[in-house]
Amino acid sequence: MDDNTKDLDQTSGREHVRRVFNAMLTARVLENKLGSLYKAGKIVGGVYLGKGQEAVSASMASCLEKGKDVYAPLIRDQAGRTAFGEELIDCTRTYLGSVNGPMRGRDGNIHRGRPAEGMLAMISHLGAAIPVVAGMLLAKRLKGELNGVVGATCVGDGCTSTGAFHEGLNTAAVEKLPLVLTVANNQYAYSTPNDRQFACENLVDKAIGYGVRGHSVDGTDMLACIEVMHEAVSRARAGDGPQLVVASMLRLTGHGEHDDGSYVDAALRSSGLGRDSIEIGIKQLVEGGFASIEEVEQWQDDAANRVQEAVAIAQKEDGPDPYKDDWMAYSNAEMQMQK
Amino acid sequence: MSDVTYIDAIHAALDESMDQDSSVFLYGQDIGKFGGAFKATKGLLEKYPGRVLDAPISEDAMAGVAIGAAIEGARPVLEMQFADFSSVAFNQIINQAATHYYRTGVPVPLTMRLPSGGTPGSGPFHSQSMESIYAHYPGLVVVTPATVADAYSMLLDSIKLDDPVIYCEHKFLYRWLKSKDLAGDHLPIGQARITRPGKHATVVTYSAMVHEAVRAAEMLQKDGGWEIEVVDLRSVKPLDTDTIIASVARTGRLLALGEAFPWGGVTAEVVSRVCADGFHLLDAPPVRLNAKDTPIPYHPKLWSSHRPTPESIAEELRKLLAY
Repeated sequence: MDDNTKDLDQTSGREHVRRVFNAMLTARVLENKLGSLYKAGKIVGGVYLGKGQEAVSASMASCLEKGKDVYAPLIRDQAGRTAFGEELIDCTRTYLGSVNGPMRGRDGNIHRGRPAEGMLAMISHLGAAIPVVAGMLLAKRLKGELNGVVGATCVGDGCTSTGAFHEGLNTAAVEKLPLVLTVANNQYAYSTPNDRQFACENLVDKAIGYGVRGHSVDGTDMLACIEVMHEAVSRARAGDGPQLVVASMLRLTGHGEHDDGSYVDAALRSSGLGRDSIEIGIKQLVEGGFASIEEVEQWQDDAANRVQEAVAIAQKEDGPDPYKDDWMAYSNAEMQMQK
Repeated sequence: MSDVTYIDAIHAALDESMDQDSSVFLYGQDIGKFGGAFKATKGLLEKYPGRVLDAPISEDAMAGVAIGAAIEGARPVLEMQFADFSSVAFNQIINQAATHYYRTGVPVPLTMRLPSGGTPGSGPFHSQSMESIYAHYPGLVVVTPATVADAYSMLLDSIKLDDPVIYCEHKFLYRWLKSKDLAGDHLPIGQARITRPGKHATVVTYSAMVHEAVRAAEMLQKDGGWEIEVVDLRSVKPLDTDTIIASVARTGRLLALGEAFPWGGVTAEVVSRVCADGFHLLDAPPVRLNAKDTPIPYHPKLWSSHRPTPESIAEELRKLLAY
């Protein structure tokens, strides 16, 4: 099947670009708020932001169809979550510990999802979602429901060193599953720079070793990300097997809000990798005629209002009550030991 | 009808589960055309095309794939070639499968078959018993069938259960243990069985050690007329504390017996629960007997002394009875 990347100036492409940018912007506004709440001591546990990775994250998820595709976001995928269709209230409830959130206070921050709706709830162990997405796709194949479906997940440069990454991608390749695996190469895994993480010249070269198609993209360039993600997802959807996308950029924040990232090389910050995909996105929207600056400002106000509302609701809600939690680790009550 | 073995029972349960439920599929190394290292899946690929999948040597990914498939509503039965190799899949099992229902409310109906326990000549990496490790983690069910009928009915039940089950099948029983047929009392998972009633002491054990305990009990029956009660736990998680305590109430003496390493584990759990909940029932300090605290040796002479034997069990029981 031919690559069916749509020209970005077509109407459908125009809507897609606007949708991606909106998710990016909403994520940035939300994450700025989460950072403030953390610093104000309103959030228990860590806060992990995706600043700098919005274009990659949102563009991948924007190519997925909720209710049909599988999406496994990782730590820096707020923009992707929003683009996939996760409600902001799921985020604020989980960060603020509301019992009404999808994790009911049993897990927090970025460890949230709605697996029944195709969005997995990540665990902390890197690469662990890769074979799980593959398994979901395999089950769809067994049910005869795989046709035209895609599973996508995003990892970081550090994850490429794990056994789970190797085993998961290799397994997906052996089964020729429609998996899109994006490596957001943000130059650091926590404080470890790439030269202590891997020795290969370019991570995308790994694609050859796994027998999958590789794609590279400048992760700060919103339009380029949309184009490459659209191609990768379309190819997977059309039966071309796993796609490895390596997107390069710099993490524009610490590992978490507890970390000032002072170890980041100043030369990297001032390089092209250190550009902010939101700023570039605004430029591209205006120059490409996708949106006016007034529209962007309006979107920013709208995002601020939606974030404020989601935070206000979650802040008013109760946390979990240890006396009301059923403390059940099993769906079958007979299997649960009481002590 | 010719006798059915323990491995026949596993094969029959897989066959029946696949026949009854099209969402059941098998995943593991060499299980397709080859039929598995122990032939547990022989002929099933031909009978159920597309539902018996050979996996690469990637235990972590195999477990991850099974978890994903289970989240998606399939019922994967994962075969680890040896229980020992499940250590490579440990992260997926304990962090992903075990936590998933509690975290998200979505169950993970997978069954992981672990060919477990020692056989002569198998050495440190093809002989391990992993049940205590997995039983430690909330969210996992851990079963340890000791009989042909249990191997059959408990595998059927494991596959039907919506929660992840670690099914520990003992390799020493595969071909040695035979029965006239697959019929049995079909007790539910979580219920222990009195394999041999008695009144002077209780041996609480599971898996292959049930048979060694019965041999020891027969020795003591001949040699002194002792009546030893043998309790087969059948599942170690959940643990049927009620049946254990009731037995100790009858006998007043407890030997907790297992093939795994001695530090912690199922036998320690049994003794601690009896001490906590049934201390007043004990007429003697409870005793534990496990394998030695070394890796499992290769040579049959070393191996047969590493694990409990009818002789070493009988010796511990004599000391217990003499207290």
